[in-house]
Amino acid sequence: MVTIEFNGVKSQVDEKTTVEDLLRSSNVQSRFCAVELNLEIVPKDQYPTRSFCDGDKIEVVTLVGGG
Amino acid sequence: MAAEPPSPSPAGLPAPDSQPLRIGSHVLNSRLIVGTGKYDSLQLMKDSLEASGSDCVTVAVRREKLYDREGKNLLDYIDLARYTLLPNTAGCYNATDAVRVARLGREILKSLENPGADWVKLEVLGDSKTLLPDPIATLEACKLLVAEGFQVLCYTSDDPIMAVRLKAAGAASVMPAGSPIGSGQGILNPNNLRIILEYLKAGDPDYPVIVDAGVGTASDVSMAFELGADGVLLNTAIAHARYPVAMATAMKHATLSGRLAYQAGRIPRRLYATASSPEDGSITSRPW
Repeated sequence: MVTIEFNGVKSQVDEKTTVEDLLRSSNVQSRFCAVELNLEIVPKDQYPTRSFCDGDKIEVVTLVGGG
Repeated sequence: MAAEPPSPSPAGLPAPDSQPLRIGSHVLNSRLIVGTGKYDSLQLMKDSLEASGSDCVTVAVRREKLYDREGKNLLDYIDLARYTLLPNTAGCYNATDAVRVARLGREILKSLENPGADWVKLEVLGDSKTLLPDPIATLEACKLLVAEGFQVLCYTSDDPIMAVRLKAAGAASVMPAGSPIGSGQGILNPNNLRIILEYLKAGDPDYPVIVDAGVGTASDVSMAFELGADGVLLNTAIAHARYPVAMATAMKHATLSGRLAYQAGRIPRRLYATASSPEDGSITSRPW
């Protein structure tokens, strides 16, 4: 297991967990979101393969109402 | 000298809608850009956007709410074939954050295949109470984003010198505030807007200047256009009106009216009256 910070919350995931796995288990529609790992954007084609290291900070953002 | 409206054609002026708003490579049929925030419900937002006649709406980038039971996303209520999305950097207080948020917005819009992926409404705030822009950080962020290929629509105060600096930095549009965001105070300093329009359009009459923020009601929108603004961006004035759909409709008409009044060319202000009915042939006596 590795410890990551996912949208500001520390959680533990398996080393083999990918970005795609994380989004699916969190009910996130990947079409509507962008993923940032340690301040770098993760391209969508890397979602199925990109896994996590201990201490990774992941931000999943979407669009919300704004002016 | 204030910015002059375009000369009328011999056949009369075209309808406002026939002159689209051009911002960089984007062409908008409506000169009204509306925000998507602060609505009581997403359905009310959808209905209000439709009533506004706008074809461009602003959106914000925020953390995905995980494990949302309802699972509703703003994008389920926005017809992406109809609206160009304009992602903003609202809530950023420094240039680094603004660039980061702009990149994330672009990433989402790319996956949506929306034309708004290459532009951003840049907003770098200096203070959470006034929501006034931080001019130094705004200029810094504008330069960084332009260098990354963004078309930057830049929220700023109504300071003419700052507006000139932002245009020089490559902003696709400078967007001065009429008054503080969400304040509903309308256009507090029309003279500053007149100067901004004159300076930014000197030798470049099609450069788009958009009044962004502070609108309270329809007359504020008309006033912006009558001053010569190319567009108006607003959110709270519709979303927090008692009847948002009705206010959105009013804003649509105010946009058309204000723009057309500007094109038509207002009469000069005079200290004294000029009679509309002829003096000649009058059968009445005068008191002097």
